[in-house]
Amino acid sequence: MRRATVLGAGVAGLCVAAELAARGCEVTVLDPAPAPGPHGCSWWAGGMLAPFCEGETAEEPVVRLGRQAADWWQAQGATVERRGTLVVTPGRDRRELDRFARRVEGCERLDADGVAALEPDLAGRFDRGLLVRGEAHLDPRAALAGLRARLEGEGVRFVAGRGAGRGPGRPEGTVFDCRGLAARDVLADLRGVKGEMVVLRSAELRLSRPVRLLHPRFPLYVVPRDGGLFMLGATQIESEDRRRSVRAALELLSAAYALHPAFAEAELVEHGADARPAFPDNLPRLRRQGDTILVNGLFRHGFLLAPALAAQAVQAACDGSRPELMDEDHA
Amino acid sequence: MEVYGTAVASRLMLGTAQYPSPQVLAEAFRRSGAGIATVSVRRESGGEKAGAAFWELARGLGVAILPNTAGCHSVKEAVTTAHMARELFDTPWIKLEVIGHADTLQPDPFGLVEAARILVEDGFQVFPYTTEDVVLADRLLSAGCEVLMPWGAPIGTGLGLTNVYGLRTLRAQFPDVPMVVDAGLGLPSQAAQAMEMGFDAVLLNTAVAKAGDPAAMADGFARAVEAGRLAFEADPMEPRDMAAPSTPVIGKAFLE
Repeated sequence: MRRATVLGAGVAGLCVAAELAARGCEVTVLDPAPAPGPHGCSWWAGGMLAPFCEGETAEEPVVRLGRQAADWWQAQGATVERRGTLVVTPGRDRRELDRFARRVEGCERLDADGVAALEPDLAGRFDRGLLVRGEAHLDPRAALAGLRARLEGEGVRFVAGRGAGRGPGRPEGTVFDCRGLAARDVLADLRGVKGEMVVLRSAELRLSRPVRLLHPRFPLYVVPRDGGLFMLGATQIESEDRRRSVRAALELLSAAYALHPAFAEAELVEHGADARPAFPDNLPRLRRQGDTILVNGLFRHGFLLAPALAAQAVQAACDGSRPELMDEDHA
Repeated sequence: MEVYGTAVASRLMLGTAQYPSPQVLAEAFRRSGAGIATVSVRRESGGEKAGAAFWELARGLGVAILPNTAGCHSVKEAVTTAHMARELFDTPWIKLEVIGHADTLQPDPFGLVEAARILVEDGFQVFPYTTEDVVLADRLLSAGCEVLMPWGAPIGTGLGLTNVYGLRTLRAQFPDVPMVVDAGLGLPSQAAQAMEMGFDAVLLNTAVAKAGDPAAMADGFARAVEAGRLAFEADPMEPRDMAAPSTPVIGKAFLE
C-alpha cells in the first residue's frame, strides 16, 4: 500500500497514521479541526493504560490487547509512567475490594502501611488496598499533540477544515475511517456512551499513580498529571447528551473528597463531557466497506486499545487478512 | 400472572442498568426468559432524546417495558418523570419510586402515596416500590394501585429478605393483590424463598448485572423463581419437630 487517507485525527486516527507511516506509506489525515482539542472525545480521556483493572467488567480481548499499549506509546515518544494502579475503598465497602481482587488478575493485597508506602498522602486513610502492577498512565493531551507533531515531522500531511476529504481534495488510496461517533452515518450499530470528567489542581496533594476508588454508587478514578493536576473520571451513562451535569460534578467531586478531604481545597480547573463511540458489546471493531476500513468503537479504551486496533487495521489493508477485530465483510 | 389486565409470561422481571455492555444485557435477558424489563428514564435521559439509542435497545429485547422513576426524591420529580416515560415508551405502566432516604434509598411512604394518587388520576397504571408496611400497602391500594412491589432489602444490597415476618404478614393481608418482591435480592435462593412465600414475581437488577457472568446468574434466578413458584403451588408440608419416617417401621422384623 503506497497511499492512504485517514479520516479523523483523534486517538484512533493518529494511531492508524503512525502505523501506516511506519510502513513507509504516504499518509494524509483529514480532520475538520486543525489540532487535537475538545471537539474529539480522546481529549477527555483519562490516559490510564490499565488493561487488568478494565478486565473487571470488560471482555477478555481488552485485557490481552491492552497489554501492548504502554510499550507502543513509549515507542512513539510519549511519556509513559509505569507505576501500576492503586485500588482502595471506603471502609464499609471493603468487600468490593475482595470482589475486585477475584476478578482482576495479579492484584497484590496491601495493608495500611502498604498503601502509605505507595502513596504517602493517603497514609492513614485506607486500612487496605490493592496494587495492580504492570499498568501505566500517560497524559492523553500531551500524547496526542506529541504524536501528531512527530507524524507531521515525518511527512504525514494533515488537512483541516470542514469539507476536508470532499471535492477536489478527495481521499486517495485506502481510506481509514476513524471518525468516532461522527461515523454513525455509516455504522448503524454505533452508539454514544456519555462520560464526564473533572480536572482539579492541588498543591497539597501528590499521587504518583492512578488511584481507583471502588464504590457501589460512585466509582471514581483519579489520574495525576504534571503541574499538580488531577483528572477525575469518569461517569458512564447510556446517553448521547453532551451537557455537563451537576449530578456528575457532585458525584465525581464527592468521591474525590472521600478519597482525600484536601481535594475540597483544590482549584476546579475543568469539567468536560462527551460521548464515547461504542458497539453493542463495547469492543472495538474493524469493518471493510469497499475501499474503506472503518476503525471504531473504542468506547472507554481509546488510548488502551487504539494501538492494537490500528495495527490490525493496517495489517488487514496490507495483506487482505481478516484480523481478530475485523467483522465479516460489510461491503 | 396478570397485572392491570395484562398477562405476563414470566415471574422474573429484570432491570437494565449496570451491565458490562448492551450485548451482555441482551444475553442475560435471553437466558432469564424475563417477561418485563424495567428501564430508568431519569438517569439515562438529558433531554432531546439523548438516550434514544439505549431505549431502542431496550425495546429490542422483545419484552414488555416497565419504565421507572429511579432516582426521584420528590413527588414532583416522580410525576414529571412518569409523564416523560409515558411519552417515550407509549405505556401507561410506571414503576413508581420516590426515595426518602439517601443512604438506604428507602421509599418515602408519604410522597409515594401522594404521587401514586396523582398518577392514577392521570390515567397511569402504577407499580409502587414500597416497604413491607401493611398500612402503607393499604393506602397505596386505596390510591388506586393494583400491584405492590415491596422491597426485600434496600436497593443494590443483595441482603435478601431482611424482614420475613413483615413480608409474610403483607402477603397474608392482601392475598389477591399481585405482589412483586423488588430490590435487595442477591442470590437465586432468596428469590426462591420469596416465591415459596407466595409472592407473584420478583424484580432484580444488580444481582445479575454485577455478577461475574450475568447471563449465567440470570439463568440461575430463572430456575430459582420457577422452583419457588412450583413449591408454593404444590402446597408444601409444614415443618415439625418429631421425626416421621417416610416408610412405616411397624411390622419390620427388628426395630433397634
